[in-house]
Parts: sequence; C-alpha cells; structure tokens
Amino acid sequence: MGKTLYERLEEDVRFSEGLKSCMNCGVCTAICPAAEVSDYDPRMVVTVVQLRDEAGVEKLLKSDTIWRCGECLSCKTRCPRGNVPGYIIQALRALSIETGLFIESEQGRKQLAIKRTVGDHILKYGYCVYIDEVDNDMYPEQGPIWEWLRKNRESMLERLGTSYKKDQSGTLRNTSKESLNDLKRIFDETGGTQRFEKIEKYSSEKAKELGIGFKEGKDDYFNLLYNE
Amino acid sequence: MNIRKNEIWASYQKEIADDHYYFARSCIRQNFFPAAENLYIDILRDVLKKDIYDDARQTTCTGIAYHSGLIPLETTMTVIARQFALMTEAGYENFVVSCVTSFGLYVETLETWKHFPVTEQKTRDALKRATGMTFLIPKNLVHASDVIYKFRKEIAEKINLRLINKSTGEPLKIVDHIGCHYAKIFPQKGIGGAEYSYVLAGLIDEWGGLQVDYPERRHCCGFGFRQYLLKSNRGYSVSNSKKKFDSMQPYKPDLIIANCPGCTFFLDRWQFVIAEMEGKTYGENGYGIPVLTYEELAGLLLGYNPWDIGLQTHQVSVEPLLGKLGIRYDPEQKYKGIDGKDIGRPEHPQVLKCI
Repeated sequence: MGKTLYERLEEDVRFSEGLKSCMNCGVCTAICPAAEVSDYDPRMVVTVVQLRDEAGVEKLLKSDTIWRCGECLSCKTRCPRGNVPGYIIQALRALSIETGLFIESEQGRKQLAIKRTVGDHILKYGYCVYIDEVDNDMYPEQGPIWEWLRKNRESMLERLGTSYKKDQSGTLRNTSKESLNDLKRIFDETGGTQRFEKIEKYSSEKAKELGIGFKEGKDDYFNLLYNE
Repeated sequence: MNIRKNEIWASYQKEIADDHYYFARSCIRQNFFPAAENLYIDILRDVLKKDIYDDARQTTCTGIAYHSGLIPLETTMTVIARQFALMTEAGYENFVVSCVTSFGLYVETLETWKHFPVTEQKTRDALKRATGMTFLIPKNLVHASDVIYKFRKEIAEKINLRLINKSTGEPLKIVDHIGCHYAKIFPQKGIGGAEYSYVLAGLIDEWGGLQVDYPERRHCCGFGFRQYLLKSNRGYSVSNSKKKFDSMQPYKPDLIIANCPGCTFFLDRWQFVIAEMEGKTYGENGYGIPVLTYEELAGLLLGYNPWDIGLQTHQVSVEPLLGKLGIRYDPEQKYKGIDGKDIGRPEHPQVLKCI
C-alpha cells in the first residue's frame, strides 16, 4: 500500500520542524500579513494537519489556501509552542506539486508562471532576477525611473561601475558557462529539474483541459496565470 | 531584574568577524540599486581597510524561487553548499551575505544540518556528484549590514556629516526597516533579535539621528515572494507596505533605511504606486520619504557623490534629504550617462513629485 499524504508530509524535515503541538491560540493568524489581505488562516492549516485528517490534507493540497502565505515567517517568531505554520506550508506546497494536485486550484496553477520567470532565470542567468527580463509592462510599479534606467542600461550601468555583460567579478556580471553548468547539474541531482518538469507537464494537461494555448515561455496560458 | 524596553536589544548579540570576508551578492540589489554593492565593497576596502573577496563564480542562492514554493529544499541546500565550496577554495572562512532572504536561508541551511545531520551528508554527497566540490562550513556567517554595524563607530570617526537637519539643528527622524528574514526566523542570529532589532537603529544612534518607533515598525514590507512575482497577486504586497506608510506618516520621518534588498525596493516603488493610484504621498510637499540602504546612507555621510553611488536609480527623489543634510550636489549630473553623455531624463510621475 502506498504512503498516505500525511506520511509523505512527515518525510519533509520542514514539516517535523514546523509541527510541534499547536494549542490553537491563533497568534500566527493575528500576526500574519496574508491573513490581513485574504481569508488565509494559518491556524486552521495547522489544525488540519495536526489532526492527521487525510481528506483535509488532500483538500489543502488542491486549494488556494496553501498558496496565500507570503513566507515572511513572522509566525515562527511568535508561536508560543515553537510551531512554524510557514514551514508546514512549504512542505504542503512541495507535496502539492509532487502529486500534481497544484493544478486543481487557481493559485496553485500560477506556479507555472513563477517557474517560467524566476525559475528559468536561475538556469539562464545564474540569478533569480535579471534586468533584461524585467520590463515595465510586466512590472508597471517599477515606474519611470526603471524605464529610463533600462532604456539606458548600457551607459548607466557602466557609469555606476557595474560589470553588466562582462566576464569578470562585480555587479550584474555574466555568470560563466561553468557556473551555469554546476547549477544545472545540482538541479538534476537534487530534484530541481524534475520539479520543473512536473510543473510543465501537469500545467500542459490543465491548459489542454481548459482549451488555452500552451507552448513555452510567455504563451497564452502563462499570460492568463500571470495577469488574472 | 527589569530591563528597560529600549535596552532589550543588548541581550541579542552575535560574533561578527573582524576581517577577511567572502562576499555573496544579492539578485535584487544588483538590479534595482546597481551601485549599492560596489559601494559596500568600497567602504570595506577603502574606508575600513578590510579584505573582502568578490567571486565571479558565485551565483544566486535560489532564495526568491525557493520561498515561492518552486525549488526543493535539497536543491537550495546544495546550491548553498556550492557557495561554501567556492569560499573554501578561495581560502576564506567568513561569509558575508548581501541579501536578507539569502542570509535567512543560509542560516536555515546550517540549522537544518545541525538538527538533521543526515541532510548535511546528503547535501555533501549531492554536491560531490554534481560538481566534484567539497566544502568547509563558514566559521562566521553574517549579513552585510552586520559588518557596517560592527564598524559603525569607526565610520562615525570618518564621516563629514551627522544625521542632523542643517537648517534646524534637530536630529533627522529615521525609520529603520529590518526585513523579516534577518531575525524573525532565528532571532539569536540578528543583532537585537526580532522584536528590538538594533542592526540599523545602532547606525542611527551612532551617526546622530533619531529613531522613529512607530506601531507597525516590525510589520513585513509585503514582498510575499510569489505574491509579488505575479502581477495578479501584487495587492498583497502594496497593501502591507501601505499599512506601514500609514503608520509611520504621523511621525513625519525624514528617511527610511532598509536592511533587505526587497524591502528597499518595495518601500521605494510602492510609494510611487500609492501616489499614482490614490493621490497620497508620504513625504513633505508632495515628495515621498526617501529610502536608502545602510551603505548608501554611510556613503552619503562619508562624502561620496550621490550620483556616483546610484541614488538617481531610486524612484523617490533623495534631494529633500540631501537638502536637510546640507549635501551639495550637481543636479545636472544626476541623469548623465557614462562620460557625462546626455541620455535624457525619466518621465515625471503624475502625482509623486520627483526631481
């Protein structure tokens, strides 16, 4: 017989570190920035897993709930019993992707858009964020200063002493092919590559089911997930 | 024994190495405040005469993606192990992290290895198989601002200015924003702990300013990782920053200094967004409240030209602060490119007053 979802959660060190013994005081919810702007309630998440409620865990894995957390980890500081709802969320999110259940929720499906931005940037540039990829259409809050800086980046970044597009140490330097290969091999060896492939595979199936164009990069499905 | 509230920070101290640092860069900082890290290195090398190694082989720690639920813990720990291997190869033992998210994750990794030793061995094996590399655990691991804090008195001896309003003679009112992952995850790893962080407040005190203690001082800036990364989710981010601005505004701060690259960015850019969306501005006379990193503030006081250290890349104009400090600057140089080349100027926002 296969492992239960709860047993799979227990294999994640973050889960055992995050769940000690919750007394349902609600301090985590009171301090939580996500609870302030949505119906997210970390106390309820901890209650479900603490009860070892298998159906409840499956419901969480298919829900928007586990994707509402902003991982500020304010809950870790304040819990009087040493629980960390944020760690429990990390374990739930990982299992939601591993089981493919993330595509059952609107927020879970958005993982594809994150994979195709910061995720792919890591393996392409060696950084999560890179100036060439951050335009004002996708990030309008960047404001006119960014638009100006980006437009003039060759000149300004040289004036400011960076190593933009250069093969040397310093700010915004090129990451060498050797270092990028190291990252790729680490991803292959430790499950990062397989995680990315799972996100693409399950997302492809969902996009087909929804009848939305799915190819690669910023395709129709990406734009829907990213913008709406 | 009763400890007065403003002295609680003193019970949270940590060791900060004196010299010879291996530097790990920040993904966010190098893009959005592209001169800040070079300034940091210059201050350490030229002002404090310290040795700091800037390694071209070092990469992201994956932190932003990890906290967005995208990367397995095993992958992130192995990428971090590679950074330690690079440090080891370079002959260093003291690791300085330029990003608060990264700092939290490096500490998290070391604590995980301590509490679950099998994870360290698995990470070592994975790194060896993937890259052939081995590593030593750093003897000392700190955030970049910790080093500035450690040498705040030495910097104070070299600064040309104090944090005083030149016109009134009053100390400038300064908000500090620490960033959640500096000390909320492991309070004992942050100077002053999570509730009474002193890493930036100590700079304000030492350099002559006045700390602003406002109700939402410890509230998150609202990054939220995946919440910001998706355009559809950004309401989370701006709402949390707005809560902080609304809370600090009655104290009329002259300046915000931030510890974390993401926080610096959000506290700067969301002021622009709130101004354009709601017509509300938080500084004086329609301007925003300037937001600086700790080394940008140190750099200004040490006499660096504001336009050489990249203060023109902030959306909120810094000129009101420069005026209060009595810093002379050439407005014509602000938006010049390399070799004084005219490359035009950014457009002015509709509401937020900018220079």
